[in-house]
Amino acid sequence: MTLMEELNHRALALGVPLSVHLDLTYRCNERCEHCYLDHDDKGELSTSEVMDLLSQLADAGVFFLTLSGGEPLLRKDCFDIIQSARALLFNVKLKTNGILIREAEARRLRALGVEQVQISVYSHRPEVHDGITKVPGSLQRTLAAIRLLKSQGLKVTIANVAMRKNLLDMDHVHALAQDLGVSFTMDPTITPMMDGNTSVLRLRISSDDLKNVLRNPKLVGEVQQFCAPPPVDDSIMEGLPCSAGHTSCYISPYGDLYPCVQFPLPCGNVRREKFLDIWRNSRQLHEVRSIQARDLPVCSSCAHLGTCTRCPGLAYMEGSMRGPSSADCEKSLSRTGIVPASMLSRPRAESRLDFCVSSMRPCC
Amino acid sequence: MSEKYISRSTTIAARQLGDEMMMMSAADSMLFTLNRTATTIWLAADGKTPLAEIVKKCVCTCQDVDPGVAYRDAVEFAEALAQHGILRISDHPMNGLSGEKGENS
Repeated sequence: MTLMEELNHRALALGVPLSVHLDLTYRCNERCEHCYLDHDDKGELSTSEVMDLLSQLADAGVFFLTLSGGEPLLRKDCFDIIQSARALLFNVKLKTNGILIREAEARRLRALGVEQVQISVYSHRPEVHDGITKVPGSLQRTLAAIRLLKSQGLKVTIANVAMRKNLLDMDHVHALAQDLGVSFTMDPTITPMMDGNTSVLRLRISSDDLKNVLRNPKLVGEVQQFCAPPPVDDSIMEGLPCSAGHTSCYISPYGDLYPCVQFPLPCGNVRREKFLDIWRNSRQLHEVRSIQARDLPVCSSCAHLGTCTRCPGLAYMEGSMRGPSSADCEKSLSRTGIVPASMLSRPRAESRLDFCVSSMRPCC
Repeated sequence: MSEKYISRSTTIAARQLGDEMMMMSAADSMLFTLNRTATTIWLAADGKTPLAEIVKKCVCTCQDVDPGVAYRDAVEFAEALAQHGILRISDHPMNGLSGEKGENS
């Protein structure tokens, strides 16, 4: 067991929220066609509300803090927020498109001790990347930001979202990341929009393309091992779906608390209640925490149960947090060739392809 | 034997989890945990209090341990953390907590 796994176990036993993802704004200076957010400001937490929240999160034991958006740097107080977060000794990860990062901003992020900056790059070709972001010149500015951050010694990860439009560029983006000396992660997750609109799902890659992705050693490492049939292990029935609501949660720019950014089950609002009161007492979080693998009506009988990356958030969006998330069923099938239980009991649906290749665990 | 002073780095992330302190250095992304005694010493590392005094106040009053042995162990511990940028050690008092040049500027 790694030290990180050990800490996760301990946090779970103590009821400590080890990780929080906080979106500072949904406003953005890009208009990525796959984005699940609207970009209006419907009453963001004020600077003082965010500062108070950070203090509450530190008191609650939160260690890993992801600041994201929208584009978080659009908030004029973003650096003040990061400085406060660092003064409270959070491990801070920033997700940004980098457009607003110049040398001064890169130097400041380094000085503040930000642990990692994640930046989305959709293609090595400006016409494709800028076509997705709808901002001419965005690739050039994003790459310039990555170079500036690297020159300051910051750890940078390029995040690539695989879609029909840019799938063929994935290996080139991977090579670009290697040239820049930064990490690379690829995610074919296209999530329905927050208002339930599923039109963005048309951007998902096909089943055949998914199989190729899952057999790409540059992405998954040992293909044979990665695509091996799932092991048989009785202890799996005691397992928990993922960290969402157990040791991690998501807070929106308006203070709404959810189990995960990909799990739109409202659990409370930090404007009306203290964070720790929601974390400890929310009926919704208690329900999420009550689910064990044995309770899953379809998945508990599935051969993939031990290795499946079933996302309870995606399952919730499909109708039941205890149900299968069809994207993960599709992934298990593509990976191993073994038909999941959900597909034995219903006609096979058009592929749904939400998963994270980087970790091969649910995004939450 | 010269006095030694230790100062916590502000470039690290840290949080108490149960009896232990989790720590990660932004410089090398290495994760550490400190036990209760080590955490006590780390929290007292203000750059101004001599390490010998920290050991005497924070360790020897709580544990049945030879002060000389405890001090030697504490120096070894501090040097190990200093290698990862978690602490700074000096023969002289230091101003405040330690960070990299230009930090928070």
